[in-house]
Amino acid sequence: MTVASAKKDLGSPLPVKRRKGFDKQGKLAFWLLLPACVAVFGVIIYPMFRTLIVSLFQVNSALASVTPFVGLGNYLTVLSNSDFWASIGRTLYFTLVSTALELILGLIVAGLLNANLKWRWLFRTIVVIPWAIPTIVNAAMWKGIFNAQYGALNALLTQLGIIQNYQAWLADPTLALNMVILADVWKTVPLVAFFLLAGLTAIPPELYEAAKLDRASWPRIFRSIVLPMLVPSISIVLVLRTVEAFKVFDIIYAMTRGGPVNGTATVAYYAYETAFSDQNFGVGSAISYIITIFILVLSAVYLRLLRRSDLSLL
Amino acid sequence: MKFTSKRIRRMIGGLATVAAAAMVISGCSVTGASTVTGAGGGNSGTINALFMKQAGYSESDIAAIIKSFEAKYPKITVKPTFVAYEALHDKIVTSAPAGTYDVVHLDVIWPSEFASKGLITDVTNQFPASWKTSMLGGALTSAEYKGKFYGVPWGPSTKLFFFNKTMLAKVGATQADVSTWAGVITVAKKLKAAGIVKYPLSWSWSQAEAVICDYADILGSYGGQFTDSSGKLDVNSAAGVAALTWMRKTITDGLTDPASLTFLEDDVDKSMAAGKTAMELNWESTFRDQNDPKISKVVGQVGVSAPPKGANGDNPGVNGSMALSIPTGSKHKTAAWTFIKYITSEAVQDKYVTSSMTNWKASYTQPAITQSNPQVFAAAGTAYNSMILRPAVANYNQVSQILQVEIQNALLGKKTPQQAMDDAVAAANKLG
Repeated sequence: MTVASAKKDLGSPLPVKRRKGFDKQGKLAFWLLLPACVAVFGVIIYPMFRTLIVSLFQVNSALASVTPFVGLGNYLTVLSNSDFWASIGRTLYFTLVSTALELILGLIVAGLLNANLKWRWLFRTIVVIPWAIPTIVNAAMWKGIFNAQYGALNALLTQLGIIQNYQAWLADPTLALNMVILADVWKTVPLVAFFLLAGLTAIPPELYEAAKLDRASWPRIFRSIVLPMLVPSISIVLVLRTVEAFKVFDIIYAMTRGGPVNGTATVAYYAYETAFSDQNFGVGSAISYIITIFILVLSAVYLRLLRRSDLSLL
Repeated sequence: MKFTSKRIRRMIGGLATVAAAAMVISGCSVTGASTVTGAGGGNSGTINALFMKQAGYSESDIAAIIKSFEAKYPKITVKPTFVAYEALHDKIVTSAPAGTYDVVHLDVIWPSEFASKGLITDVTNQFPASWKTSMLGGALTSAEYKGKFYGVPWGPSTKLFFFNKTMLAKVGATQADVSTWAGVITVAKKLKAAGIVKYPLSWSWSQAEAVICDYADILGSYGGQFTDSSGKLDVNSAAGVAALTWMRKTITDGLTDPASLTFLEDDVDKSMAAGKTAMELNWESTFRDQNDPKISKVVGQVGVSAPPKGANGDNPGVNGSMALSIPTGSKHKTAAWTFIKYITSEAVQDKYVTSSMTNWKASYTQPAITQSNPQVFAAAGTAYNSMILRPAVANYNQVSQILQVEIQNALLGKKTPQQAMDDAVAAANKLG
C-alpha cells in the first residue's frame, strides 16, 4: 500500500460520515426553521411585496376588479399633497419630542434604579408595569385621565390650585398632540430605562472610584464616564424609539382618531385613513413605502452619527 | 450609484415584470377580486354578523333576537361581532376580501360607496314590492343606491332634542321655550346666569361623522342643504355659513362645553346623564339611557322633542337610518337573507322600540306599540316627516373628512366660518 493510497483509504470514509451527519442536522434545521420561515413570509415578506405591487396600481376598492397600472403615479400624488407633508411634520414633532423626553426621563429612572436602594427589586418591578400595559389600554386610560369633565388631571391641577377651570386637554390640536406624546412617554420610559440600566450596570465601579480619587465632580463623572460608556445603549434606544415613534398609530387611533382638525394625524394614521377609510389602496400603499424610506433614512443618519464613537455597538 | 438611462430602463423593466407577475398571480387584478363572489350556501350553517356597538339596539337586545331566531331556525347559528360606529366602516372594508361576515350593519351614508365598489350584494330581486310602501321612506334610503336595494332597512333614525326639564323649570322654562334654536339660546343663557349648569349645551363635535350630523340639523334649520341641484357641495352658501357661525357663537358665548370638540354621541349622552348638560341633540336611544338608573342621575327629568326650529320654522333632523346588508364575499347568503328578514320584521322591531324606532309605517298607528315609548314616538313621528340627507356620493368618506376638519377649524376660531366652508367646498370639488 502506498502512502497515497493509505491516505485515500483513511480519508475517504470521514467526509461521507460528515456529510451524513450534516444532512441529518441540515434536515432537522430545515424542519425547525420552516414554521418560522412560513410565518415570516406570510406576515412580513408577502404583505410587503403585495403592498409594493398595489402601490403601482390604482386600486379604489377592497374588491376592485379593474386596477389600472399607474407606475409611480401614486407616489407623485402623495409627494405633491400638502396634507401628507403636514402629517410628516406632525410625525417628526412627535418623534423628536417623545424620543427626547423618553431618553432624558429614561436616564433619570435608570440612574435611580441603579442606586443601591433597599427595595430595589420592588422598584424595578413596579417601573416595568407601564410598558407591560397594552397600548390600547394605555390610550383608553390616558383618555380618561385627560377627560374634560371627570378626568384625574383636571382634578389634580384644580386641587393644587394650578388651574382654576377644567381644561379640555384634547380639544386643541397642538395641546392634544402634546398630551398624546405624554401618554406615549409614560408607557415607553420603562423600556428606555431598562436598556440604559443594562448599560449602567456594565460600567466598572473602578472607574467611579478612580474619578472620585481624582476629585471629579458628579457632573464631570456623568459627562466623562457615564455618558460615553452609555453610548452603545443610547444608540440602540435611539434607533429603536425613532423607528417606533415614526410609525405611531394605535395610541392616536384610540385617543384622538387624528383630531381635532387633524392635529394628531400622524403619517401612519394618514396612510390608514387613505387606504381603509377612503378605499384608496394604491395611494395608501405608496404612503406606507414612503414611511419606510423615511425610517431607513433616519436610521442611517443615526447610525452614521453614532458610529463615530468607538464604543458604539452599531 | 450613477443612474444611467440604461440602468433606469432596467429598473423600470424589472418593476413592470414584477408587477405583471403579481397581476397573473392575483387573477389579473391586484386585489384578486375576480375570485370573490361568495355563495348561497343553503339555508343552514353558521353566519357571522357585524353590528354597531353604540346607539340603537343594545348588545343584549341583539343577543335576545338571535336566541329567538335560532329557536325558530335551528339549522342556522348566528355569531355576532360588535364594533364602535367609528370602526364599523373600516371593518366592513377590511373584511370584504376574506368574506368574513355574512351580515353587516350599514349607515345610510355608505350604500353608494359599498354598492358602487362591489362590496355588498344587490338584493332587489328578493326585496318584496310591498315593503316599498309599507316601510318609511327615510328608512328605505338607508339600503338604496341607484334604484336598487343592497340591504334591508333596520330602523329609521334621526337626532332628537333632549332637555333636562328639572333644570329648565328652575329658570321658569318649559318645552315650548326650547322649540326654536333662538329659544334654546335664551334658556341656555338663563341656566348659565343662574349657575344651574356651567355649560348648558353639549354636542358631539369631535373630528368624526358625529359633527356632520349635528351640523346637518343646524344647517337644515337655516333652510340649507349639503349639495346644490347639480350634486356639488354647497355648504359655503349663506345658510351653510350661518349655521356654522351659530355653532361657533355658542362656544364664544360660553354656552357650549368646549369639551364638545372631543365628544362623540356617547360622551354627550353620559354628560347629560351625569347632570352636567342641560340640552343636547342625540339619537333616539338616548331617552332609554337617561332613564336607566344604573347609568343616569337624571332619571325622569329628561324631555324629548323634534329638533328645535330655525328662523323660518324649518327643523329637519339628520337622516341616520341604518340597514343590514350581505357582503358579496359571504358564503352563506341564503341563511344571511333568512336572518335579515327575521331581524328586520315588523314583529321583532316592534318588540324593541325603546332601543330603536321601527321601519314599518303600521307600527306608528298601533297604540300598543306607541305607548311603549310614547315620548320618543311623538318626537320621532314629527322629525321623520322631514329629514336632511348627507351627500349620497361614492367618495362620501373623503368629503365628510374634509367637512369635519373645516367645521372644527371654524369652531376653534382658526378660520372664519365663511373661509372654512369655502375651503371645504374647494377641497371637495378637487376630489371630482
